[in-house]
Amino acid sequence: MSELTALTIAGIREGLRRKDFSAVELTEAYLAAIERFNQAFNAYVAVTPERALEMAGESDRRIAEGEARALEGVPLGIKDLFCTKGIHSQAASHVLDGFKPPYESTVTANLWRDGGVMLGKLNMDEFAMGSSNETSYYGPVVNPWRRRGGNAQLVPGGSSGGSAAAVAAHLCAGATATDTGGSIRQPAAFTGTVGIKPTYGRCSRRGIVAFASSLDQAGPIARTVRDAAIMLRTMASVDPKDTTSADVEVPDYEAAIGESVKGLRIGIPREYRVDGMPEEIEKLWQAGMDWYRAAGAELVEISLPHTKYALPAYYIVAPAEASSNLARYDGVRYGLRVPGDDIVDMYEKTRAAGFGREVKRRVLIGTYVLSAGYYDAYYLRAQKVRTLIKRDFEEAFQAGIDAILTPATPSSAFGIGEKAGGDPVEMYLNDIFTVTVNMAGLPGIAVPAGLDPAGLPLGLQLIGRPFDEATLFRAAQVIEDSAGSFTPEAWW
Amino acid sequence: MSVDIATVKRVAHLARIRVTEEEAAALQGELNAILGFVEQLNEVDVAGVEPMTSVIPMAVKRREDVVDDGGIAADIVRNAPLTDENYFLVPKVVE
Repeated sequence: MSELTALTIAGIREGLRRKDFSAVELTEAYLAAIERFNQAFNAYVAVTPERALEMAGESDRRIAEGEARALEGVPLGIKDLFCTKGIHSQAASHVLDGFKPPYESTVTANLWRDGGVMLGKLNMDEFAMGSSNETSYYGPVVNPWRRRGGNAQLVPGGSSGGSAAAVAAHLCAGATATDTGGSIRQPAAFTGTVGIKPTYGRCSRRGIVAFASSLDQAGPIARTVRDAAIMLRTMASVDPKDTTSADVEVPDYEAAIGESVKGLRIGIPREYRVDGMPEEIEKLWQAGMDWYRAAGAELVEISLPHTKYALPAYYIVAPAEASSNLARYDGVRYGLRVPGDDIVDMYEKTRAAGFGREVKRRVLIGTYVLSAGYYDAYYLRAQKVRTLIKRDFEEAFQAGIDAILTPATPSSAFGIGEKAGGDPVEMYLNDIFTVTVNMAGLPGIAVPAGLDPAGLPLGLQLIGRPFDEATLFRAAQVIEDSAGSFTPEAWW
Repeated sequence: MSVDIATVKRVAHLARIRVTEEEAAALQGELNAILGFVEQLNEVDVAGVEPMTSVIPMAVKRREDVVDDGGIAADIVRNAPLTDENYFLVPKVVE
């Protein structure tokens, strides 16, 4: 890790302003790091050096003219789920073989408008379906963190595993990610990075390959709370091209950082104290409560009675929406095509060859729960349960709670291949603390808060009111100030 | 509820995914594990509860009914595996 790639986004902003280094020098440092170390992590599935240097050159011109933009010269990695014009965008799936979109996603267009520099596209679970980055067509991503004294390869979490690993290993200064059930917050927790899933409707979904449209949201993964705030301000926007994009002005999130949390009412939901929760998670949660108490916040025990039903309801709603969204991969308009005797034969062979196991499993579950005779028993009931989950949160917020503190994950990072057994539910349980937030459309942030006995990072999660990401950044800074920041020891 | 092997094959056909006998058998176990897991939703009293239809309460946005894009047929077919003069080509559908 070189000195330049160790800088935070806020540090880059300062260094470029002071002309300590140029944007081209910084980008060259990142490209060199990717060239040398990407093979250790498998974080990038495509690197775009020419594009990066061209963008960095433009940044240097702007800086020289005194016209620096909000993310001027900041080298970023982009999850493969985002469409980037003329550049590899395959959702880490074989079915999108060779796809190069003719347009740019709104979120990435916002980043380039503000001076961000694209380093390349990041690995992920196929179509964002996974919690370990092991379902990628391009193979698993390796977590830069290892257990103390061990050399077993660990997963970085998923689905935004490439994003989290690249940020933690200093192969980009910040990364885009997406979160349908925990895909930003769980990998952030597994890699000692900060990840925020904003309120549903805060970031445009235009140009992001759809998984479950009523749950998908984009957000940043970064090294500090401040860096995440800087990135989200640019990523978020009101977009006429996404009908679910909310007409709410984007505030200056960074301004909230450093504000006191005195008098803030932090809810502690008793239902998150699950059976068999490891002692270190319990301890971490308690430490978080102590930090808030010391900072002058008020802790309030609350109840969110439908918490345990969020994950089962999710595994009806998300696959149902996925089965519909993924119908478009038919071998006709883009990507892979396997020839067949007739059109149905062609469809079936193409989709059999193009989709991985986890994707097939979810498409089949989705097709089943939406099929004639089962819709009311499964999908309709799950959407009713979803109303109840959302109501639980609404009641807590109406009672004066400003933010809710929970663990981010039920464990630290696990080994590659460790949860590859026959029962998919074991993997799904990774998302028990994060999935409620997607079901209710709320914002949630994961912040590194400590290390487990093996020396692996653990995170805490804060859940906020709709469109109140500013309070989450303000409160998250307390955790960062109290716990410090976490960098893996370089073995690569 | 649980699915038998014939149901797995029927659903796979509905989803237009070819599965081998071996895959169908593995999928049967996996789908039943998931269906068993979601069964607990039956414990919840949902009488009188409206299903969620909109995540964030907002009116559906409208836009002017005008043409604001188009004329990019070549861009649209560029990624297709098989095309002819800006048409997608598929195996014969009608005899």
